[in-house]
Amino acid sequence: MTKSIISEKAKSAIGQSQPPITVEVSRREIQKYSLATQQSQQKYLDGDEAPPMFLFGLLRPLTPINELGPDGIARDASLPDLPLKRVMAGGTEMIWSRPIRPGDVLTATKTLSGMEEKQGKTGPLILLHYELDVVDADSCLVVKERSTRICR
Amino acid sequence: MSRLDQINVGDILPEKHHTATEVSLFLYNAAIWNPHRIHYDAPYTSDVEKHPAIVIDGPLQGDWLAQCVTDWLGADGQLVTFSYANRRAAYLGETLTATGEVIAKDKATRTVEVRLGIRNETGEIIAPGSAKLKFE
Repeated sequence: MTKSIISEKAKSAIGQSQPPITVEVSRREIQKYSLATQQSQQKYLDGDEAPPMFLFGLLRPLTPINELGPDGIARDASLPDLPLKRVMAGGTEMIWSRPIRPGDVLTATKTLSGMEEKQGKTGPLILLHYELDVVDADSCLVVKERSTRICR
Repeated sequence: MSRLDQINVGDILPEKHHTATEVSLFLYNAAIWNPHRIHYDAPYTSDVEKHPAIVIDGPLQGDWLAQCVTDWLGADGQLVTFSYANRRAAYLGETLTATGEVIAKDKATRTVEVRLGIRNETGEIIAPGSAKLKFE
């Protein structure tokens, strides 16, 4: 077994959740998303229901412009301090209990659920596994998302 | 005959072609509040991040997969699970095709599983995905 390149401090982030964020879903925001993604179903274009991938934009951090990096990206609080700095999206899986609708007040909690070290074709990789739970105002689960990010 | 009765393993979902433009990528990234310059700043994208052209967002391709399956489902049921992964980048100017195929059907639970994929112009699947649907 080769020595881990992940520091003990970075490993200690496993199991930790970021502070939950609460968002209120507006019909207009769903409509903008649906027009931008050229949806064909009227329920999405009218904003009666959100397309599944609307969730991705809904939960992005609202960072002030003067805090963005030269690439335009906000620093990411969910990223532990790792020796591999190039971060790419891996896979995403969503498990839906019900669709998102206008007026929903949703609370999302993201947890770093695991880290894996792998040897890729071009060098070492670290996989970061996240779990995201999204509940409504009655604390009922709306969607659970499992996602992976690849650091190289 | 219910909609579920008419569905068989091997059925091909209607394909949909997507050709992103500067305007559609601008609106998408504004809608999701994504300021990453590789989606709208061509000189920066090629000079600094060394991409050949403006990059089509990975999650936008995920949306196109979701559209492929939810348009096919219509009002006949609910999306239960949806997954995708971006395996290779796609660039402004490319036409991408969202594809899907029924790979399993369970009459007892009224569920259908679909394999999804974003295919580029060379025929390569650059974003595989899957979905499970529950029919009413």
